[in-house]
Amino acid sequence: MSDDILEMRSITKTFPGVKALQDVSLSVARGEIHAICGENGAGKSTLMKVLSGVYPHGTYEGEIYFDGELCEFASIRASEDRGIVIIHQELALNPLLSIAENIFVGNEQSSRGFIDWNKTNAEAAKLLERVGLHENPVTRIADIGVGKQQLVEIAKALSKRVKLLILDEPTSALNDEDSAHLLGLLRQLREQGITSIMISHKLNEIAAIADSTTIIRDGKTIETLDMGRDDVSEDRIIRGMVGRDLEHRFPEHTSNVGAEVLRIEDWTVHHPIQHERLVVNEANITVRRGEIVGLAGLMGAGRTELAMSVFGRSYGANITGRVYKDGQEVHLHTVSDAISAGIAYATEDRKRYGLNLIEDVKRNISVAGLRKLSRRGWVNDNEETKVAQEYRVSMNIKAPSVLALAGKLSGGNQQKVVLSKWIFADPDVLILDEPTRGIDVGAKYEIYTIINRMADAGKAVIFISSELPELLGMCDRIYAMSAGRITGEVPRERATQETLMQYMTKVKD
Amino acid sequence: MGALETVKSLFTKNLRQSGIYLAFVAIIILFSFLTDGILLRPQNVTNIVVQNSYVLILAIGMVIVIIAGHIDLSVGSVVAFTGAVAGVLTVRQGLPWWVGVLGALVIGAVVGAWQGYWVAFVGIPAFIVTLAGMLIFRGATMVTLGNTQISPFPDAFRNIASGYVNGWLGGNGIDVFTLVIGAVGVVGFAVSQWRSRRARIAYQQVVDSMPMFIGRIVLMAVVAMAFAWELAKYKGLPIVLIILAVLILVYSAIAKRSVFGRHVYSIGGNLNAAMLSGIKVKWVNFWIFVNMGVLSGLAGVVFTARLNLANPKAGSGFELDAIAACFIGGAAVTGGVGTVIGTIIGGLIIGVMNNGMSIMGVGIDYQQAIKGLVLLLAVAFDVYNKRRAGASR
Repeated sequence: MSDDILEMRSITKTFPGVKALQDVSLSVARGEIHAICGENGAGKSTLMKVLSGVYPHGTYEGEIYFDGELCEFASIRASEDRGIVIIHQELALNPLLSIAENIFVGNEQSSRGFIDWNKTNAEAAKLLERVGLHENPVTRIADIGVGKQQLVEIAKALSKRVKLLILDEPTSALNDEDSAHLLGLLRQLREQGITSIMISHKLNEIAAIADSTTIIRDGKTIETLDMGRDDVSEDRIIRGMVGRDLEHRFPEHTSNVGAEVLRIEDWTVHHPIQHERLVVNEANITVRRGEIVGLAGLMGAGRTELAMSVFGRSYGANITGRVYKDGQEVHLHTVSDAISAGIAYATEDRKRYGLNLIEDVKRNISVAGLRKLSRRGWVNDNEETKVAQEYRVSMNIKAPSVLALAGKLSGGNQQKVVLSKWIFADPDVLILDEPTRGIDVGAKYEIYTIINRMADAGKAVIFISSELPELLGMCDRIYAMSAGRITGEVPRERATQETLMQYMTKVKD
Repeated sequence: MGALETVKSLFTKNLRQSGIYLAFVAIIILFSFLTDGILLRPQNVTNIVVQNSYVLILAIGMVIVIIAGHIDLSVGSVVAFTGAVAGVLTVRQGLPWWVGVLGALVIGAVVGAWQGYWVAFVGIPAFIVTLAGMLIFRGATMVTLGNTQISPFPDAFRNIASGYVNGWLGGNGIDVFTLVIGAVGVVGFAVSQWRSRRARIAYQQVVDSMPMFIGRIVLMAVVAMAFAWELAKYKGLPIVLIILAVLILVYSAIAKRSVFGRHVYSIGGNLNAAMLSGIKVKWVNFWIFVNMGVLSGLAGVVFTARLNLANPKAGSGFELDAIAACFIGGAAVTGGVGTVIGTIIGGLIIGVMNNGMSIMGVGIDYQQAIKGLVLLLAVAFDVYNKRRAGASR
């Protein structure tokens, strides 16, 4: 047997109500680059958090052997002491401190309690040399690009005498040039004997760099492919990622599609902070009455950004493009413009963007449609209660009363409150962003039924989801997005998980 | 369900709200004993209301600011500034009293619009904007007054704070008009309660049982009439009390029943969700500060009229009393929670304690410390309650 630096044996991790990982095993050989891929929510990041001690020993089942020894990490600190360093997707650098300060944060180069700045900067310069970053160590992080920041993270890892480097989607925010540099650096580190685990959605990168690839699906390890021996193609990986039985059932539904309601043309959006970064790139989309249109894409493809930027420019900067509602061009500068134009957007993050958790169900339902419940600025309280109770019954919201606080409901019921809010606002176009995320199978079925009901009522539905079976089971037409572009449009009859995944992982036309 | 259980469930159901009333009653009883009943003498009851009126007016505006998740540190300075403007207009320029009042309110609105602009449209935290305002308007007061005081004010102006409606219907030592107003208030309350009960029944909602309903109205009536009786025995109905009562009614309604009020709670409860629900967050924030400015102007008028003096040091520390009233009255530091009536009770708790301790001869040093402790305990109680309720936040 080869020399394994890491062996994770039957790891099981449960969150309240969800089994995130089930009996997952992973072996990583010393000195290799090991890729991990899988759909959003498959459990990749959870597995890495178990490994790095973010979820300490005792909160999961199973065993971790590192360098042949059983490890029970109580914290990230403990795993770092052994030489396991994780670099998260959202970089954890302090933008206002210098490169050198960031590299040695928590590990300050000091003598007798005082920072030795000469040593700090000199050591940092050596590390920067190793990662091929030609910047002065005293430069502020805010003044260098994301690609260079990623290199600083790696330099920081090297300063901790890393043996196993874990990178979570390292190139998702990088342009091609920076990505190529990063991949080159990983190869170099491999020559220096550093093992890497890389989580990535970019199959071409995996094919180019990985020595072996483990595929995770629905919290289980599916297979580990030896990239050198098996001559693994991208298609082979895709098959592993999606090849599961349809485990959810979908309510029977035939859409009665009518005239076009919404058309988005050449829609381009830039990142709100990094203005030069394109988040949505010349997207074109149409939706018709009574139609359910899916929007597929992996993390960072720009689906939510597309939806929110259309919804009254609630995301992004330098937005260009045109929106037509019922054939007329509309200019939606604020959310209330969008609502007045008959567009609703139910967010993917209920708790942060969808609900007022310290307010009752009634007021959460009425908030976007208060105009309908008020005269001359005064709300008819009783009418409001009546409306809320009607929704509680028709949407089957399980709450003791409409006066229960939204924060106390389960995820599925919270989602029903969000949907009630937007249905009450009576839009023509309903954009649903991951409406079934984090809710159980039974509640999912109810949500599907509600969505079908909306389409039957003549509303146009845009359904954003990371679960392909869900899109295939619900939508009349599916757009696929990748790196901000619409890379494909597939009618229901021709849609399969494989074709969608191909479009979703396509990097350029 | 037995009457006792009903009472019990009423309290536990809404302990946070009823807790503040219970605390208020307990404090009144405590200080009545400690002051040998002086606290509840007619003159003293009138005094408590009049003495605290300007802080209560400020607190009404402040609670709306706090519900929306902001803070306003400048109100003390704005009280001084608007008072100074009223002084210049009525005393130095010799204009009629109502010009002074109007001037103060308009200047208050302008000040509010200034601060609202920075908070709402530029996006600077209210803490910073109003901290700057605290300095700016204190300075503006000194410039306006030219470092002197303005005094005395015309009687008509002074009446706003120290005048009484008295003797309109006669009465021998006990003002009948005050009692009539009290009775009208009680009847109005009963009628509005009855109508809302009928409406709730029409919408098939749960209402209190009849004995419970009547009990509550009788209790309110007894308290209100006892209060009116005390006032009537002294000088009658203070004008400032009428102003205050109108403000409480209007602002309770705004907070509870208006679209604007709903938007304020939404913004404080979850800013992002409010924005994505189509609420014009910037404009709502702007108007919240304009409103605070106008109420500061009114407080400025009342305070200046009561002191019969516009001076550069007026109103210092008022912002802290107003903020304390909100938090003692159950508003949440994180926004989204709070009521006008709770805030008024919170303000009165501070007022009664101040008054009671003064009568007892407790030094101002101890008073400060005790007030601080009460604020801390009130918020600790609130935090404890929330944790027990397990609100996931």
